[in-house]
Amino acid sequence: MSTQPSRPAPSGAFEYLTTKKDEFVGWARKFSLFPYPFVTACCAMEFMSVSSTLYDTDRFGAALPRFTPRQSDLLMVVGTVTHKQAPILKKVYEQMCEPKWVIAFGVCATSGGFYQNYAALPGIDKIIPVDLYIPGCPPRPEMVIDGIMKLQDRIARDRHPIINENF
Amino acid sequence: MSDAVFEQVREHLAGVAHEAAVAHGVLALLVEPGRLLDVVRALKDQFGFDMFLDVTAVDWPEREPRFDVVWHFYSTRHFVRVRVKTRVPLADPTVDTLVTLYGSARYMERECHDMYGIVFRGNDDLRPILLYEGFEGHPLRKDYPKQKEQPLVPYRDVKP
Repeated sequence: MSTQPSRPAPSGAFEYLTTKKDEFVGWARKFSLFPYPFVTACCAMEFMSVSSTLYDTDRFGAALPRFTPRQSDLLMVVGTVTHKQAPILKKVYEQMCEPKWVIAFGVCATSGGFYQNYAALPGIDKIIPVDLYIPGCPPRPEMVIDGIMKLQDRIARDRHPIINENF
Repeated sequence: MSDAVFEQVREHLAGVAHEAAVAHGVLALLVEPGRLLDVVRALKDQFGFDMFLDVTAVDWPEREPRFDVVWHFYSTRHFVRVRVKTRVPLADPTVDTLVTLYGSARYMERECHDMYGIVFRGNDDLRPILLYEGFEGHPLRKDYPKQKEQPLVPYRDVKP
């Protein structure tokens, strides 16, 4: 840029750099998801199945569960969340550092499922923002893998501000 | 063999139990709330019903008295079960606690108090066990609105 001072403001070059930076960081982040399994109900069985050898989420770089939200960047809410549990979920979400993503795994986490009563939270998006919904009771492992891949695509396309809002 | 035990129980409690019928292999006794402790003590001490299985309630909104309170006991001596029922009205849904006879009644009476609002006289710890502090009403009563929620975390303001 500095070799050609006669050119106008280097916005195009800056944009190019930013885009390349976002692409690079997105590529790095999408293969390095550290899930925190917030597992509350029967979907856990399907979660185990999709994490273990046969379906193997390790292929997508999303295998190593972190059992503290402070070290994780993907919150997987697996199963029914009750009103009594909602404060815990909220606290776990708030303890996670940016950047962070949330997957609602199964229909109960998505919308409450067939629980429409005094006890169940009708979807975790009532209290925390959700990036990806995987319906099903429980979802097939293929659906979960598809969901993780969609989330990866999204992370790859996203902006990844590092220094400030613009870069 | 279970029939013999049931027959003995029935004879022993002839003056106390209003109904004593065998349903689904379980002897079901209907007693007055005031006689509950006597009946259960007799079942425990004389017939070996030494295991407290459960206490729950049934809500009959049209009926007076409105609630059935139902206990289940198991005899590890005779390998049979017995069900004891009593009726309490909405105005005073109070029965005696069985904590003095069975320590494990403590938690199950808390649950029954959560869900139906039955008060167990003598149980000094009726805090919510499945519900949370601040929950109003008793969700398994028939007049609790089916979908009424009492969230602890305020809902987000999301635009559809």
